[in-house]
Amino acid sequence: MQRKTKVRNFHQAKWDEPVIYELSSKGERGILFPEIEKEIKEIVGNGISKLPKNMIRKQPPNLPELSQMQVLKHYLRISQQTLGADLNVDIGQGTCTMKYSPKINEQFATSPKFTELHPSQDESTVQGILEIIYKLDLFLREISGLDKFTFQPGGGSQAIFAMVSIIHAYHEANGESEKRDEIISTMFSHPSDAAAPNVKGYRVINIYPNEDGLPDVEALKTAVSDRTAGLLITNPEDTGIFNPKIKEFTRIVHEVGGVCGYDQANANGILGITRAKEADFDFCFFNLHKTFSSPHGCGGPASGALGVSKEFIQFLPVPLVEYDETKYYLNYNIPRSIGKVRAFFGVVPAILKAYSWIMSLGKDGLKEVSEIAVLNNNYLLKKILEIRGASAPYAKGRHRIEQVRYSWDELYKETGVTTEDITCRMADFGFHMWSSHHPFIVPQPFTLEPTESYSKAELDEYIAGLKKVVEEAYEKPDFVKSAPHRSVVHKINHDPLDDPARWAITWRSYLKKSKK
Amino acid sequence: MDKKKTIIHPYIPNSVPEVKEKMLEEIGVKDIETLYEDIPDDLRFKDEMNLPDPLLSEYALKKHVEYILSKNQTCQENLSFLGGDCWQHYVPAICDEINQRSEFLTAYAGEPYEDHGRFQSLFEYASMMGELLDMDVVNVPTYDWGQAASTSIRMAGRITKRFEVLIAGSISPDRLSIIRNYCSPTVEIKLIGYDKETGKLDLKDLKSKISTKTAAVYFENPSYLGIIDDQGETISDIAHKYGALSLVGVDPISLGILIPPSNYGADIVCGDIQALGIHMQFGGGQAGFIATRDEERFVMEYPSRLFGITTTIVEGEHGFGDVTYDRTSFHDRIEGKEFIGTATALWGITAGVYLALAGPQGIQELGQVIVQKSQYALKKLSEIKGVRIPFLQSSHFKEFIVDFNDTGKNVDNINKALLRKGIFGGKNISREFPELGNCSAYCITEVHSKEDIDRLVQTLDEILNQGGI
Repeated sequence: MQRKTKVRNFHQAKWDEPVIYELSSKGERGILFPEIEKEIKEIVGNGISKLPKNMIRKQPPNLPELSQMQVLKHYLRISQQTLGADLNVDIGQGTCTMKYSPKINEQFATSPKFTELHPSQDESTVQGILEIIYKLDLFLREISGLDKFTFQPGGGSQAIFAMVSIIHAYHEANGESEKRDEIISTMFSHPSDAAAPNVKGYRVINIYPNEDGLPDVEALKTAVSDRTAGLLITNPEDTGIFNPKIKEFTRIVHEVGGVCGYDQANANGILGITRAKEADFDFCFFNLHKTFSSPHGCGGPASGALGVSKEFIQFLPVPLVEYDETKYYLNYNIPRSIGKVRAFFGVVPAILKAYSWIMSLGKDGLKEVSEIAVLNNNYLLKKILEIRGASAPYAKGRHRIEQVRYSWDELYKETGVTTEDITCRMADFGFHMWSSHHPFIVPQPFTLEPTESYSKAELDEYIAGLKKVVEEAYEKPDFVKSAPHRSVVHKINHDPLDDPARWAITWRSYLKKSKK
Repeated sequence: MDKKKTIIHPYIPNSVPEVKEKMLEEIGVKDIETLYEDIPDDLRFKDEMNLPDPLLSEYALKKHVEYILSKNQTCQENLSFLGGDCWQHYVPAICDEINQRSEFLTAYAGEPYEDHGRFQSLFEYASMMGELLDMDVVNVPTYDWGQAASTSIRMAGRITKRFEVLIAGSISPDRLSIIRNYCSPTVEIKLIGYDKETGKLDLKDLKSKISTKTAAVYFENPSYLGIIDDQGETISDIAHKYGALSLVGVDPISLGILIPPSNYGADIVCGDIQALGIHMQFGGGQAGFIATRDEERFVMEYPSRLFGITTTIVEGEHGFGDVTYDRTSFHDRIEGKEFIGTATALWGITAGVYLALAGPQGIQELGQVIVQKSQYALKKLSEIKGVRIPFLQSSHFKEFIVDFNDTGKNVDNINKALLRKGIFGGKNISREFPELGNCSAYCITEVHSKEDIDRLVQTLDEILNQGGI
């Protein structure tokens, strides 16, 4: 097919699909469960009569009633109204590392040899899965230089919370937890690097970027004191600029007795290039659903693999998976453990997928992943800077690691078109374009991260999409401002979502409120 | 991988040398190394990572991983009676079909337009959970029940501005450990005992410990010990009398036949949705829910995403979006409520599919079949010589405790003997609840046939009374 333009004449699936309750038809059944055997019924009766009277539900819950194919069809239709990475050039959700999640790894994770394992089975019956957990720990030790990993945290934010918990336990063990009540983070680190310490009762000091976009060393020096419990910092930060003074950060914090945690949720540009160990970090964590290819699942299941240096192993959550040269086993004997952060051993399907992904690439392959991610990113940077109205604040003329936080500020000033407007219009071409985490330090921000997964032709297509939208912004801004035009639905009315009298988080609530 | 005989990895298209060259040329650098110029030399990793040689062909990888997985013995190949925070229920084929769809599996954080389906499916999940729970607000799921309970407690703390919580001592010890870590040092935790005869919450102990400092009373129903507590209303009344909130953890799959906690005074309800169409996955399928009434004082304390329905500029179109996004840490890294990040959305979608398939009749019939089977198993097991069922005067849902104290044999040995016969016996809880002695928690669900239960009973009898160990 020869297209006239580089962008697609796209229209997303639009089924006009009702809410499932609107499809309900009395008496229909989606699935039948096993029936009770006659012999059991003869012995125990209906089962219900033995329950406490005041606990018996009189009316069945008001669930929708649909036959099986109708349930399937409904969900297939709304799935088509969702833009997964498998379908688009998913480089517009920067910081999220929307790479390819290999299908073979899905086969492993959906095999009954894995899905039908109960976490409380006898260790002798789960040697295979324990081996995978243990070996992924060994792999991540190599990648980070640290000494032991736990996979218990069910996401990056929970890994951050686990780090904060260990920082707290460490100072408590030294009798300093009362005194050390501050944690330092930076404005371009993930929001949870500030929010999670707050939950643990810490006062959080956020270091702002200097004119180079890097967290200011002088500000850090002012911030540290004998109250400093630790540092939680992302590097490269969301700007994609590698902080060359990162070792000075850890030194300054260590000198006052603080502990340093490296947020490497996204490490996609630095595998085999630079590690937590060389930068003197005590902890780091990797999101297996970002760098290590486990799919994002509309927002999880996820996994935050948390690694620590020797000194901190004694604080890790229980149990740890160990190997005694003959068998794999669960070690609950961790004297100063913070306890548990998530049930059982974490999100094991993500562990299995990450293991398989690393096994398919090896050391050179992992390095190649990072190098190509960086190549793609700098190619994109070059091309984006050629687009009218776009800029990349900070570090002018420098190269970036795996992502860049850009700005539409110039375009906004010239046309009144905002990042949000462009996001909506990009949807008309089958693309995502994400702004950034709040607060918007970069005005009218957008963040792109091309990873290693997309071909040059795909990157060019995305760039063509942006160019097209920018062209429109200058020529007919109102058209862009009223987008989307070819997506699933049109501009939503946002006000009810912030109004207690009108918001409706469930269908029943919607029915009550819309009757009024 | 020898760089000289360049292998183009199928996951990395721009490895092709000609493409690489072209892109470098565009950027205006001679090699990729130059792009790393900002990383100082002393931070560069000079060695090579010590990793196994890669399995480059998909076939080799498949052989390798399947070989390792073949070392596992599953609950499908054996007969399992394990429960306790992770459950073997039947997973309808459509649940797997939907959560393996590329669209849902690989989407993430798009807008309510191009990701409309993600918003709709999670709104529908919340809507169906809301009916099951008889509550108007349900969150986009969090990590697991432990996190859901922890956040419920922190929410109660913020609402009441109090820093003490009373927790039923029959709670799952692992969950208690999660709560302890999440709540310390801000919220103080005190445990309430359970009645030694009934297993229900000890009301006397509750009354002696509750005060106007109490933010909330948290109990689980059915409990970790499997007991259905019929004192819910009394417990909630006591909590409310002191200005505390009533928090209840519940297994949602029980709510086809049991009344939801909101009907006995619960203010915040939480639990795990793994039972609703999600495979056990060695504990990887957990996901937590939190539900409340639709009152601003509750809604504004959720740290979670809450998806709501709204209109669009086109009449008759349903739109969806985030409700009160400003309260989350995504919006405000310091003032946001707790923190929010990627958790378990796909399991929420899956649980929605499950509830849509089950429907009102299905969920009711399922609950009934489970109690019938568990009552049968309980009766048959109690007839084995030396075996006792504690808390027998109370009702149970799918779990119950089996007491082996009088058999003179310990649970570990009994379970090892069962394992030799292809049976995974109940979870050993003698270390979790030392006061009960040599006990294990057995779990019966709809997947257990009469034949399965009879086989367990017969095998246990052989082990215990016919020298089977």
